[in-house]
Amino acid sequence: MRQDIRMKPESPGSQTVEPPAPGRGAPADAVALRAVSHSYAELRTLAAIDLEAPAQGVLGLVGPSGCGKSTLLELICGLQEPSAGTISVGGAESARARLERCAFMPQRDLLLPWYSAIDNASLALRNQGMGRREARAAAAGLFERFGLTGFEAARPAELSGGMRQRVAFLRTLIAGKPVLTLDEPFAALDAITRAEMQEWLASALRADPRTVVLVTHDVEEALYLCDRVAVLSARPARVVAELPSPHPRAPDRDAAVTDPEFIAAREEALRALRGS
Amino acid sequence: MLLPLGLIALLLGAWQIAASTGGIADALNLEDFLVASPAEIASSLWENRGLLAENAWVTLREMLLGILAALAVGVGMAIVMHRWRLLRDAAYPLIVASQTIPIVVISPILVVWFGYGITPKVVIIALICFFPITVNALDGLRSVDPEAVKLMRSLDASRWQRFWRAEAPAALPSLFTGIKIAVVVAPIGAVFAEWAGSSAGLGHLIQSDTAQFEVARQFATVVVLSAMALALIGLTALAERRVVTWR
Repeated sequence: MRQDIRMKPESPGSQTVEPPAPGRGAPADAVALRAVSHSYAELRTLAAIDLEAPAQGVLGLVGPSGCGKSTLLELICGLQEPSAGTISVGGAESARARLERCAFMPQRDLLLPWYSAIDNASLALRNQGMGRREARAAAAGLFERFGLTGFEAARPAELSGGMRQRVAFLRTLIAGKPVLTLDEPFAALDAITRAEMQEWLASALRADPRTVVLVTHDVEEALYLCDRVAVLSARPARVVAELPSPHPRAPDRDAAVTDPEFIAAREEALRALRGS
Repeated sequence: MLLPLGLIALLLGAWQIAASTGGIADALNLEDFLVASPAEIASSLWENRGLLAENAWVTLREMLLGILAALAVGVGMAIVMHRWRLLRDAAYPLIVASQTIPIVVISPILVVWFGYGITPKVVIIALICFFPITVNALDGLRSVDPEAVKLMRSLDASRWQRFWRAEAPAALPSLFTGIKIAVVVAPIGAVFAEWAGSSAGLGHLIQSDTAQFEVARQFATVVVLSAMALALIGLTALAERRVVTWR
């Protein structure tokens, strides 16, 4: 039995959001990539990438399918080492430090079928040593916020695709890391839910800023959520354009995306995408 | 449930008729007393219930210990072989080869080494049972989604946590398949082990009954053995339903 539930509408004036898990209140860190190249087997996937996301800044990555955006995210968060070049998060270059500071959200939700939704969401806390009850309590508030009340005990198989994506996103957030690497976090959602989630993320980041590297194929989403958007070419990927976005995370999404500056930026990004 | 019971009733009925009219004895060219009918088996079961229960307990003890030993060794080996590829490549052929040694041949040797007590029986049963457990557990571990394990790394999971939270549960369904197979072959091992050297147990009873031409009781013993195996399978299935709650 699958259900989908609309997100709770944000009541006016309530910009607050649950703080990150205790013990991880460290200031957000900056991400820097210098001359990063990467090859997989004989295949050159990334070619001399230079990118930056300042502390508490949001960087968007858009590009054609298969260009290596996901690989780039895995490199940043320390799951892989680049074949060449350096990646630093908060000044530290080792993969271990990057792993520690980044929370990764993969394209597939990868919820573990043997855990309930709330146990899946609080995995990072459990791994960090928190007890089960405490971890569940920490996650419970965010469940309400995401419109998932009542589904804490549900198994992933009982949730719709959209709800699973939300739980996976929750899992990333709860880890309490200063840097979030999100790989198409809203891909599985329908347009309405997607817009709501974008607004939610925008308000969450306004209240609790973190460094974010966001991969998406939706140019509009990138421009709305990110401070800067980098356009990548097809494989081997290089940065073909980097644009600032006019009103990142503006409270009124509808107004923001219909603003002429926004439309112009979107046109420019699409041009760069097509040209790549 | 009705259909299998119906078929059993049909077959038993046919057997009863064939046996009591002397049909089977004539066909196989045997003396009448060497052929047992279902009715005779049933009454033998009842008359000898004390004896059968006593020996059943002996055999059951051997089987349970043997299966537990197989579980411990099998799961341990699967984990180790999953972790170290070199070990898996080296050990796998040997494990397969170990199953080609006929139990009938190795049982007497083990009795010579370990004596008439329970030890050789447990060893023999464990030998037969560890193979399906190992192979299935290993398969289960290999079926784990590597992406999920990668994700666990980014969620601050230590190696142990990765294994315990993401890999072990994924391997459980396969492991239970292996256990079910092991439970089915355990009685065979028990009987052979007892034939090699034993003073008690259902296998021993069958063996001694041959000399005394107690055909009906032999069949009754087989019925008890089957019932034991079925009960163990049922218990395993029950345990699986309690543990593997997501399938």
